[in-house]
Amino acid sequence: MTTRIDARFAELRREGRAALVTFLMAGDPDPKTSLDIIKALPKAGADIIEIGMPFTDPMADGPSIQAAGLRALKAGMNLKKTLEMVRGFRKSDNTTPLVLMGYYNPIYIYGVDKFLSDAKTAGVDGLIIVDLPPEEDGELCLPALKAGLNFIRLATPTTDDKRLPAVLANTSGFVYYVSITGITGSAAADSKVVGEAVSRIQRHTKLPICVGFGIRTPQAARAVAENANGAVVGTALVDALSDSLDAAGQATARTVAEVAELVALLAQGVRGARQAAE
Amino acid sequence: MTQRLPNSFRVGPNEHGHFGIFGGRFVAETLMPLILDLEKAYATAKADPAFQAEMNGYLKDYVGRPSPLYFAERLTEHLGGAKIYFKREELNHTGSHKVNNVLGQIMVARRMGKKRIIAETGAGQHGVATATLCARFGLECVVYMGAVDVARQQSNVIRMEMLGAKVLPVQSGTRTLKDAMNEALRDWVTNVHSTFYCIGTVAGPHPYPMMVRDFQSVIGIETRKQMQEAEGRLPDSLIACIGGGSNAMGLFHPFLDDPGVEIFGVEAAGHGLTQLHAASIAGGRPGVLHGNRTYLLMDDDGQIQDAHSISAGLDYPGIGPEHSWLHETGRVKYLSATDDEALAAFLLLSRLEGIPPALEPAHAIAKVMELAPKRPKDHLMVVNLSGRGDKDIPQITEILKGRKQK
Ligand SMILES: Cc1ncc(COP(=O)(O)O)c(C=O)c1O
Repeated sequence: MTTRIDARFAELRREGRAALVTFLMAGDPDPKTSLDIIKALPKAGADIIEIGMPFTDPMADGPSIQAAGLRALKAGMNLKKTLEMVRGFRKSDNTTPLVLMGYYNPIYIYGVDKFLSDAKTAGVDGLIIVDLPPEEDGELCLPALKAGLNFIRLATPTTDDKRLPAVLANTSGFVYYVSITGITGSAAADSKVVGEAVSRIQRHTKLPICVGFGIRTPQAARAVAENANGAVVGTALVDALSDSLDAAGQATARTVAEVAELVALLAQGVRGARQAAE
Repeated sequence: MTQRLPNSFRVGPNEHGHFGIFGGRFVAETLMPLILDLEKAYATAKADPAFQAEMNGYLKDYVGRPSPLYFAERLTEHLGGAKIYFKREELNHTGSHKVNNVLGQIMVARRMGKKRIIAETGAGQHGVATATLCARFGLECVVYMGAVDVARQQSNVIRMEMLGAKVLPVQSGTRTLKDAMNEALRDWVTNVHSTFYCIGTVAGPHPYPMMVRDFQSVIGIETRKQMQEAEGRLPDSLIACIGGGSNAMGLFHPFLDDPGVEIFGVEAAGHGLTQLHAASIAGGRPGVLHGNRTYLLMDDDGQIQDAHSISAGLDYPGIGPEHSWLHETGRVKYLSATDDEALAAFLLLSRLEGIPPALEPAHAIAKVMELAPKRPKDHLMVVNLSGRGDKDIPQITEILKGRKQK
């Protein structure tokens, strides 16, 4: 099975560069603006798009992404509408990989089988579910793989060599390396330490490795892209979006452009990196 | 229910931390290795007679156990039915049952070499117990508490600070216990190497629900023995309030395999079950939050709903996973009491027995007031008086003042 994610990384390998992976919350600040933003991302330079599924209790997220989720929920976003948004995006883009990221409860309540089939039909390529470690693979990971979706696992600084094989066992698409012990929006990790961690994971897998948490600037994205197959940027984009809103938290004429401009700068950063020879 | 009834209600959880479909380990990968370490450390400690002996020493001389089993003569007379006994957990050092669990966890933390302890708290009783034992053992202590609860449980905030703990008010979400737990989990993910998370109830990822239950089971173990001494037999019914369910599980667990013992848990019905409340079994359904699958209050999109209770300690939209299982198997009956019923029970108990209960066990007393009159005079009913009401007196004074003005 080759997904859009596999195809995209094959392409990037030929180009000899790393991916820019962007994260924004579905429905932030409202469903329509959110779709406009997502649609603008590929042209601005995003190679893979992660879309957050809003949840009331995001226990691995810092204040920015917590606030983004609450804005989205307040604007009436839910899982069904998130899938509608994916369908809206797919009308004009059938190649950019889309990954849904979030927490398990909304999916569990939607119904695992129905969710997987609706997500696949809508054009979702992969899932990142923060609160499903390998110990709970029976819940969603194995059914997702069967349904033809990638299940992208988080590896962290606490995932030691003994545990890595278990974490990688049912991972597909790419491995998401969380560069720090902490929540989204925390300070960045030292790029040398991250580089060493990436090499360590590479000894265990042939999958591409993307690094996230704490990457805010084109420089930081570039530094990560020297060693890893992708740099994930979330909080910085959510902050750019949030800064563009009016006092009532509504989108303004600048909202889509502000996000797209930062994505373009980050893409330049990533594209400026020298990839370590494979 | 189509489920097959188990041979014993006391063998759970299985090696994955499941009680039936409930429980589990739904946490971020960062925490997973630590949770596995904790599981091992706890299993080793549990099997170590030296650990048990040390804990029993502190339970006796520092906590003041055993707590008395007291015949509530005037309440019994007033209600005119079952013979009512109080398990007096409110007499423990720090004023509630919470200390039983904290002592156990702090001793495990010490064995694991952890020097920094974090906790979430609702009413502040778990925070006070944690701050107390951190002071006793010279450990750094950080307590997360919803900003709403900081305001309504001021005396406990002051107490924690005097004991040397740092109390961090949580402004996110509904600013109550659920958000304090989110914030504690965020701290834990960030400081995973140095920090031990001391969870205050039978919730969270495996092994917490099991471990906290084990530490609280001293309540039920003592009750069995004390009732034998007082009446020469087992009680006929048990009743306890439920926030996450630790005081209830502590009393219930040693009796689960005694079919003659009727067991009741009391959730907080807040303004009533059709309005804002905190009764996750009565008004919720199974979902996943804070590391386990259990009954939760949520909407059709799986978004967690705001709980409400007059009592900060019961103001939580979930319940421990073992309770969800005991509900589905039918072994325990789950009832609920409203804010007003709890308040009435608080006042009645203060006047009749000279024991102002905390607002949390006042919910259990409220159901005793309903159940006891319907039982015969030789029916032995035990209610867990999980904490004392001192902390609630300012809040109750305000409420009563407001009523007089109306
Ligand atoms: C006195 C008292 N009882 C009960 C509770 C509820 O917790 P649990 O259901 O875990 O016993 C609390 C929580 O703060 C409490 O302080």
